[in-house]
Amino acid sequence: MTRYPPPILDPRIPPGPLAEKWRNRRASGRLVAPANRRRYEIIVVGSGLAGASAAATLGGLGYRVRCFCYQDSPRRAHSVAAQGGINAAKNYRNDGDSIDRLFADTMRGGDFRAREANVWRLAEVSNAIIDHCVAIGVPFAREYGGMLDNRSFGGALVSRTFYARGQTGQQLLLGAYAQLNQQIAAGTVTMHPRTEMLDLVTVADGNGTRHAKGIVTRHLVTGEIRAWAADAVVLATGGYSNVFFLSTNAIGCNATAIWRAYRRGAGFANPCFTQIHPTCIPPHGEGQSKLTLMSESLRNDGRVWVPKDPADCDKDPLAIPEDRRDYFLERRYPAYGNLVPRDIASRAAKAVCDEGRGVGPLVGGLRRGVYLDFTESEARYGHDAIVARYGNLFEMYESITGEDAHRRPMRIYPAPHYTMGGLWVDYDLMSTIPGLFVIGEANFSDHGANRLGASALMQGLGDGYFILPVTLPDYLARSGPSSVTPDDPDFHSVLADVRARVDGLLAVSGTRSARSFHAELGRILWDRCGMSRNAEGLAKAIEEIGELRRAFWSDLRIPGKGEELNTELERAGRVADFLELGELMCRDAMMREESCGAHFREEHQTEDGEAARDDERFAHVAVWFDQGEAPPVRVIEPLTFSAIAPAPRSYR
Amino acid sequence: MSAPISLTLRVWRQDGPGVKGRFEDHRLNSVSRHLSLLEALDLVNERLVAGGKRPIAFDHDCREGICGACAMTVNGVPHGGLGRLTVCQIHLHRFSDGDRIVLEPLRARPFALIRDLVVDRSPLDAIQQAGGFISVRPGQAPDANVVPIARDIAETALDLASCIGCGACVAACPNGSAMLFTAAKVGHLNLLPQGAPEADRRALAMVQAMDHAGFGACSNHGECAAVCPKGIGVSAIARLTRAYTGAARRQLLSL
Ligand SMILES: Cc1cc2nc3c(=O)[nH]c(=O)nc-3n(C[C@H](O)[C@H](O)[C@H](O)COP(=O)(O)OP(=O)(O)OC[C@H]3O[C@@H](n4cnc5c(N)ncnc54)[C@H](O)[C@@H]3O)c2cc1C
Ligand code: FES
Repeated sequence: MTRYPPPILDPRIPPGPLAEKWRNRRASGRLVAPANRRRYEIIVVGSGLAGASAAATLGGLGYRVRCFCYQDSPRRAHSVAAQGGINAAKNYRNDGDSIDRLFADTMRGGDFRAREANVWRLAEVSNAIIDHCVAIGVPFAREYGGMLDNRSFGGALVSRTFYARGQTGQQLLLGAYAQLNQQIAAGTVTMHPRTEMLDLVTVADGNGTRHAKGIVTRHLVTGEIRAWAADAVVLATGGYSNVFFLSTNAIGCNATAIWRAYRRGAGFANPCFTQIHPTCIPPHGEGQSKLTLMSESLRNDGRVWVPKDPADCDKDPLAIPEDRRDYFLERRYPAYGNLVPRDIASRAAKAVCDEGRGVGPLVGGLRRGVYLDFTESEARYGHDAIVARYGNLFEMYESITGEDAHRRPMRIYPAPHYTMGGLWVDYDLMSTIPGLFVIGEANFSDHGANRLGASALMQGLGDGYFILPVTLPDYLARSGPSSVTPDDPDFHSVLADVRARVDGLLAVSGTRSARSFHAELGRILWDRCGMSRNAEGLAKAIEEIGELRRAFWSDLRIPGKGEELNTELERAGRVADFLELGELMCRDAMMREESCGAHFREEHQTEDGEAARDDERFAHVAVWFDQGEAPPVRVIEPLTFSAIAPAPRSYR
Repeated sequence: MSAPISLTLRVWRQDGPGVKGRFEDHRLNSVSRHLSLLEALDLVNERLVAGGKRPIAFDHDCREGICGACAMTVNGVPHGGLGRLTVCQIHLHRFSDGDRIVLEPLRARPFALIRDLVVDRSPLDAIQQAGGFISVRPGQAPDANVVPIARDIAETALDLASCIGCGACVAACPNGSAMLFTAAKVGHLNLLPQGAPEADRRALAMVQAMDHAGFGACSNHGECAAVCPKGIGVSAIARLTRAYTGAARRQLLSL
């Protein structure tokens, strides 16, 4: 039985040429009178770059906002960890950059699997983001003349990345958090830290269409489960890379908010588009809880190599002469060299390690690492210049590995990092559930099948500061203030569902920790739905995940109760959702019989091992709809390309 | 580096505020030196869960030294005093076989204990809400390069802005003062030309909020800077004192 008949997907792209669509949208949107704004309440779940900027801006416009996060302070949202930088089409370097070029790079980087109208708008608002961030006190790197400095990043031939040492994310987040604090002090935003959203509440309008009108949360200290009503709900809950267990994301990052929304009828787009980042500290083995990213900016000055001969792999790298080294990225991709996009760099690194030419200790029978060597750059620019650029990254590397990368080349290996997939949204960033908006990494976003470096921060802030504050009021103006309250039956029924779910987790009373199931899920996905995929492996994964899910629900053990701080219960809830999402990722990967961006199907590659895209059959967004007990259905949003023809990507 | 290590974690356990706490010893035998201290806690917790016991509660998230969640006291010092590292960045290779590592929550009057190693640091948010912002709305800003900022000013602002809000400075201070934290926050914004119009208001309001939130006074012990994982120095405090007295004087004169 179809629980939620899948809707016809209407991306609601405004009319007109690409460059005028956003202007047309702004001109046609309905407005809410300033005096009426306080009559509307908006829930924003998430306080990362997307959530904090949205909540602050909506509060500043005069709406009443409730903002939720699971950390003890909004400042700790995972955006804080971004290192490398944020893009904008300022062309401050006079090196040929423009909105058109940022647009084109993003389309190409995403391997023509993104919606071009959104991508154009992203490029268009990029400059205003930098202006705003500088005005609110973000201390970006400067040149001696006092102007903003730029660096280059993977997938681009211009220098358009703004940065603040290796902590661009923290500085941008502190900016958005400051704006949020101002609104909290002004009373327009009420902040709810340590509060986790566990479900979405939808309420039918006069025509029977269900709108998002609230959420159900659990307070992580008291365990109190309660419902909140609002006129619209915004999810800014970040990405789901933690489905792989080991990733560069913070430990608490989860898919629960978007997954529960999916289970309530929101379409989930391209779940299999997950990005594996090439420059992470290699895994060390047992007991590991996360993988640490080394900013991609390192590839600007570091050269990636492995020994030509596997016999050299355990030798001191300094003793391996030039002619016995394989600078495999420079060799395979002479035009971009070490700056090829992430998916390509990661696959190339995996390939040489799988050939037995990896370096570092054996982990799971394989040397998982390639060198990232700064010798040449230190000789060219001097030791001090390299320290100034990457000092904190070198320190981070040393503190983890105990090795000094100025003396011995760094070792890096790919790790799950970012998810391009997410809830489907239309041009207004609204999901298939009216009144449910999704911003930042949580939506399926503007990055197609692969995100370019320094563009997630740009997207999160573009969504929150500039786009949502235009599009969400249009929805409010059309629907008018609602009269729902948490006492309505729809809220009671979702509350009951959530309580039953929490009690169900606690009642399993088996023998295994949530973490052990999570680790097992991660291994399945990494092996079968990671950097390369094939039909046989995916079918197997779907089977294995099903079994694992059954084991989870019969053998999970959570000490303690629900009405207290219970970190095992928190984790178990997240893992339960990952166990469902992981299966959907495999289904999506299975159905997408082509290779594009980060999605590499072994059956679809060129003779020299590059991705073979199939624009005839797959130039679309795949959107999944939950059907309860029955398998989910897949609906497509066809993609059209009016500005640049979808040529095969070439970084050679 | 490759030989395994054995050690004991002596961990503060306390079910909640107002109830009696105690230390609990957990021995780890032959574990990898590559583990971080928090990963060692994970291992202990896995064992506790397997035995049906309540795992140790501790705050953590990024596990790479930037979110500030994991601050706790390691061997009597917030973040362990092992250089500019947060607890999550401490790996077992820094310890010796047989060591006993004592883990306690940050102990400071304004930070109420929640459970085990978890404390309530929301008073730090309150200080920032009082004035730690520049009042600009999206859309108002001029082009980002209109106002040049000398590189050393931008760099000093960034040094101060590097504060991760972990609260270690407060716990290290015998008075439980948040002076270094407040100084870093005020200093970052007041140094920048964009922060100038609200500089006086900011300094006054944030210092006042700090007092209101129950933090102690600063008597220049300097313990705060010694434990700061981001290396924020006491010179920040001198800067704040100047800003505050200047602002107070100007406020008085304008009355
Ligand atoms: C190590 C690292 C480095 C990166 N470096 C860069 C870079 O240099 N440049 C770049 O452009 N991008 C970078 N990225 C990507 C970028 O940081 C993220 O994509 C982006 O910050 C996501 O922002 P967000 O606001 O969407 O989500 P997040 O910052 O992840 O915030 C999610 C928020 O949602 C809340 N939340 C989640 N689930 C729930 C729930 N169920 N209930 C209540 N609250 C919830 C959290 O508490 C948090 O406040 C990096 C990512 C990583 C992991
Ligand atoms: S867990 Fe984020 S700083 Fe330690």
